[in-house]
Amino acid sequence: MAETAPEAEQTSPAEGETRRDFLVLAAGAMGAVAVVGIAWPLIETMNPSADVLALASAEVDLSPIEVGQSITVMWRGKPVFVRQRTPAEIEQAATVDLADLPHPETDEERVQRAEWLIMVGVCTHLGCIPLGQKLGDPRGDFDGWFCPCHGSHYDTSGRIRVGPAPRNLDIPEYQFLNDTLVRIG
Amino acid sequence: MSTPVPRNRLAQWIEYRLPIFSWTNAQLIDYPTPRNLNYWWNFGSLAGVMLVVQLLTGVLLAMHYTPHVSMAFDSTEHIMRNVEWGWLLRYLHANGGSMFFVVIYIHLFRGLYYGSYKAPRELLWLFGVVILMLMMGSAFMGYVLPWGQMSFWAATVITNLLSAVPWIGDTLVTWLWGGFSVDNPTLTRFYSLHYLFPFLIVALVFLHLWALHHRKSNNPLGIEIKSPKDTIPFHPYYTAKDMVGFGVMFFVLAIFVFYLPNMLGEVINYVPADPLRTPHIVPEWYFLPHYAILRAVPDKLGGVVAMLAAVVILFFMPWLDNSKVRSARFRPIYKQFFWVFLADCVVLGWVGANPPAGSFILIGRLATAYYFAHFIIIVPLIARFERPRALPESIHQAVLKKGGGGEPAPAAKMERP
Repeated sequence: MAETAPEAEQTSPAEGETRRDFLVLAAGAMGAVAVVGIAWPLIETMNPSADVLALASAEVDLSPIEVGQSITVMWRGKPVFVRQRTPAEIEQAATVDLADLPHPETDEERVQRAEWLIMVGVCTHLGCIPLGQKLGDPRGDFDGWFCPCHGSHYDTSGRIRVGPAPRNLDIPEYQFLNDTLVRIG
Repeated sequence: MSTPVPRNRLAQWIEYRLPIFSWTNAQLIDYPTPRNLNYWWNFGSLAGVMLVVQLLTGVLLAMHYTPHVSMAFDSTEHIMRNVEWGWLLRYLHANGGSMFFVVIYIHLFRGLYYGSYKAPRELLWLFGVVILMLMMGSAFMGYVLPWGQMSFWAATVITNLLSAVPWIGDTLVTWLWGGFSVDNPTLTRFYSLHYLFPFLIVALVFLHLWALHHRKSNNPLGIEIKSPKDTIPFHPYYTAKDMVGFGVMFFVLAIFVFYLPNMLGEVINYVPADPLRTPHIVPEWYFLPHYAILRAVPDKLGGVVAMLAAVVILFFMPWLDNSKVRSARFRPIYKQFFWVFLADCVVLGWVGANPPAGSFILIGRLATAYYFAHFIIIVPLIARFERPRALPESIHQAVLKKGGGGEPAPAAKMERP
């Protein structure tokens, strides 16, 4: 190194590049890597912790739910709507023209068994809980759910029909363990 | 102006090492201030006082509050019922937030009316807008801490605004929550940031004042200080004038704290947070115009962008308004549109307080369109076509002419007695 160094100093300035330029660049790059390397774990600390992630599934017993009745269960701190739909509601959901939907999805894509509609009960606009779970709640213009915050109307398949919400109500991952037991998450 | 040399030996010892006495004298006592400032110029120091009130009450509240979902609501009630003078602390802090916004909004509109954002005070203005944004963040996170119904749902709705960001929106919201919904991790980080932000505000206030004292105050005439005759020392003239403002402000604050402590709050926030039941959500009064703008746009992302733009556009005011004349006193057209704009902001606030139905939707959209048109179309056009009235020669000439007598002010007497 000692022998080559003076040589480089003599030739480089003519080309407009010096050892110092290289050192500044290299040190700057290492500095940037270090900043990112430190920032990454610090930012990651704000993500969900292990215990929050561990609570990521819930089992629901379907047997007490009558036809036309809904229940709300908690999953990941959010309400999940579980509804045993009436034949009329299934019919209504299945016969909608997809061209009328802001977020086109068929009813079959949204349910595993037609009578059981299971979805996250959080309005996709700004996260309010839509009304329509209890008897006497307003259910909107499409007989499904109605969000009172900014007036989003959802149909009997939980699809957005009118209002500011951009998406249909989310469908969580779930599986039927048997005819009366379902695991969400 | 006299540069006081401290007589006290200890003070001299300090002054030699850190010139704090001459600095204080130059910035707070002899500091040359335009002699024609009116009461609208009180609001900067009033804002400073409110910041101190919030810091003081906040630090004391933090000694009794517990940031945990199962204890936050109860610890707030503990402060109200058990802590000595706890009710006073909390009511001062909650109503102090509103008072702070009253003062800041008047301060902001004062700047818009008298052109205080114009060269060479652009940076001063920018720091002010950053302070406003930090205040909004602090106010929002502070409102979440009592963990009542409105706290919880305000947190849910406002953090969900971020989910409108394309592609990474949901990841971003999960990161911000520290979970899959607003929950304990969200509360603790909001508490931490609510404690941090005021100190960031203090740092920005320092920059704001540095820029102010470097270029000195604007004034109702909007013309620069040209000679020492245009100025009077800050103390005792404006320290005294500010005291009048303090008195009035604390009188108003006291009316709210002692007689109407919950008038500006929502009753439903005295119900503990329930993640399964959304109440009717209304923001605090100081966010109503922004809320109206959010709802005026029938698209989620568009609404969020419009709401943010409504604040961010203030940054550009120095460059949108190219008029050489600062003060609206000499700008006959700008002056009228200033009042129209102020009225538009009030209309937005009124729309924001009402449900988005019927004619409120149309009014909200028109008022939102006008809000942006004011900045993007009206202000630049006025700057181009308006003929301003003639400016006075200097501040002291204008002041003395108005005072009736042509006698030159005894300049020496106007200095510190």
